[in-house]
Amino acid sequence: MSEWLTDLWDGIRTTLIGMRITWRHLFTRSVTLQYPTERWTLPPRSRMRLFMKYEDCIGCGQCVRACPVHCIYIKADRRPADAAPIWAADGTPIKLDVKLFDIDMSLCCYCNLCTYPCPTHCLYMTTEHEFATEDLGKHYYRFAKTDAQFLTTNPKAAAGAVAVAAPGAPQKPEVAG
Amino acid sequence: MDLVYQLATQLYPAFATWPAWLTVTIAVLISGGILMTLVALGPIVYVYAERKISAFMQDRLGPMRVGPYGLLQTIADTIKLLLKEAIFPRDVEKSLFVLGPCLVVTGAFLALVVLPLGSRLQVVDLNVGLLFVVAASSLSTVGLIMAGWASNNKYSLFGAMRSAAQIVSYEIPEILALLTVVMIVGSLSLQQIVWSQAGGIQNWMLFRYFPLMHVAFAVFCLAGLAECNRTPFDIPEAESELVAGFHTEYSGFFFAMFFMAEYTEMFVISVVASVLFLGGWHAPVPAWQQIGPVGLGPAWLVAKAWALILVMMWLRWTLPRLRVDQLMHVAWKVLLPVALGLTVVIGGLLVIPATRDGFPWDPFCFPITLAAIAVPLLRAAFAARRWQARRDAELAR
Repeated sequence: MSEWLTDLWDGIRTTLIGMRITWRHLFTRSVTLQYPTERWTLPPRSRMRLFMKYEDCIGCGQCVRACPVHCIYIKADRRPADAAPIWAADGTPIKLDVKLFDIDMSLCCYCNLCTYPCPTHCLYMTTEHEFATEDLGKHYYRFAKTDAQFLTTNPKAAAGAVAVAAPGAPQKPEVAG
Repeated sequence: MDLVYQLATQLYPAFATWPAWLTVTIAVLISGGILMTLVALGPIVYVYAERKISAFMQDRLGPMRVGPYGLLQTIADTIKLLLKEAIFPRDVEKSLFVLGPCLVVTGAFLALVVLPLGSRLQVVDLNVGLLFVVAASSLSTVGLIMAGWASNNKYSLFGAMRSAAQIVSYEIPEILALLTVVMIVGSLSLQQIVWSQAGGIQNWMLFRYFPLMHVAFAVFCLAGLAECNRTPFDIPEAESELVAGFHTEYSGFFFAMFFMAEYTEMFVISVVASVLFLGGWHAPVPAWQQIGPVGLGPAWLVAKAWALILVMMWLRWTLPRLRVDQLMHVAWKVLLPVALGLTVVIGGLLVIPATRDGFPWDPFCFPITLAAIAVPLLRAAFAARRWQARRDAELAR
């Protein structure tokens, strides 16, 4: 009999505890984000679409070697000896003429391994993530340009002349620390 | 029905001169039609409410896209269900397969005939009204078994068997809990039960024989919840065990019929509980019974019923499903002895002259009960607000 009563009491008590919890949640704000109309601002270190700033690339190919899925393709020639010297934004002289810099984002596994070895920090991941397409070919990004405006003076020598971001380039996320 | 009859005679005096069978039929058809339409549209409201309440309890938003705040979502769903093809699997017993849902719906709707929605707003006031409600709602068991058996599918059959076992078991404590009220009133007519609770909140059945009728109410609500096959007593359609139980094979309109029956049954049980224990269409304070010439009876009844439906939904989103043996344990070893004891004790108290009209402390118990319900709820709601503020502060950091 005492077991029966304790069972009964436990049943009622635990039910009431559960009901109190659901009741309390009835009055808390929902956490739903109405996605297409409301968006979450991604944290700055989000690993989304890759971007490469062509003007800063020295064509070293370290990103190609780092990529575990081989989705970066580079073709680079030695610059002619008589060509005007050009520099990347951090003052590294660009010795190679990068003919082709392609990234197949449909293969990319978003591991971010390619951005660490980049000596001029020209390859980085942006927070842009809504680039689903009906055509896989649209995930094949060609970053090489024919009309690139390279720096013709060494930015390190000309103190204060910081490289201006190329037009249309997504903001490189500011990473603290 | 009487109301419709009188209205018709007033609007068209020749109506009274027609043969009796014709006038009665017309009056019944009109009142029944209005009632059926209103109640059949109810599930649209309940489904929306259920989805919203469940969403809010889980910190979600629920349907938001169709119409403002997703108000048209259930209408869209209903249209979809009605337009979908009703699929008949090859091996089903076709006639029973169709008859099953029809019988379930009939059982759910039949009880509406005797429910007193107002002092005169009632299709028919049977002197065995309560018996009729119980009998009609157990009719749907037959429909469920038909549906489960005709589906020729073991999950459906399991669901149907379980539902039969469940409804048969829970009907006993339910009826015993009803008996306490019937004994006090001395009548099975729902209208008379409501009239015996006239004169304000302290006269409601819930507040007589202070702790006893509360227990009877709890027993009735639990058993009623089980009668509607709702969580935590939804083992007949336990989706994690039996796919969907007895309505596994149903689609389109027939599925909608099961749904409609379930929600209508919920409404019926809630209305019966309000009629028996919460004063039916009586206002808590007699002065609130009407605004000017407009009687608020139906509104009070629907408000009480909806409050009980809210509790049902609240329970559904709180508790997990019981196991079959636990279900039987609750019915036979907990509810039945309690209800039986109540019947005996209240029967005895009614015989003793000193306690024939209730305990001496009864007039004081309703504020205690209301406080016991309202204070924890308000406290939890305010606690939720504070909790929200704290969570916002943590997120902002």
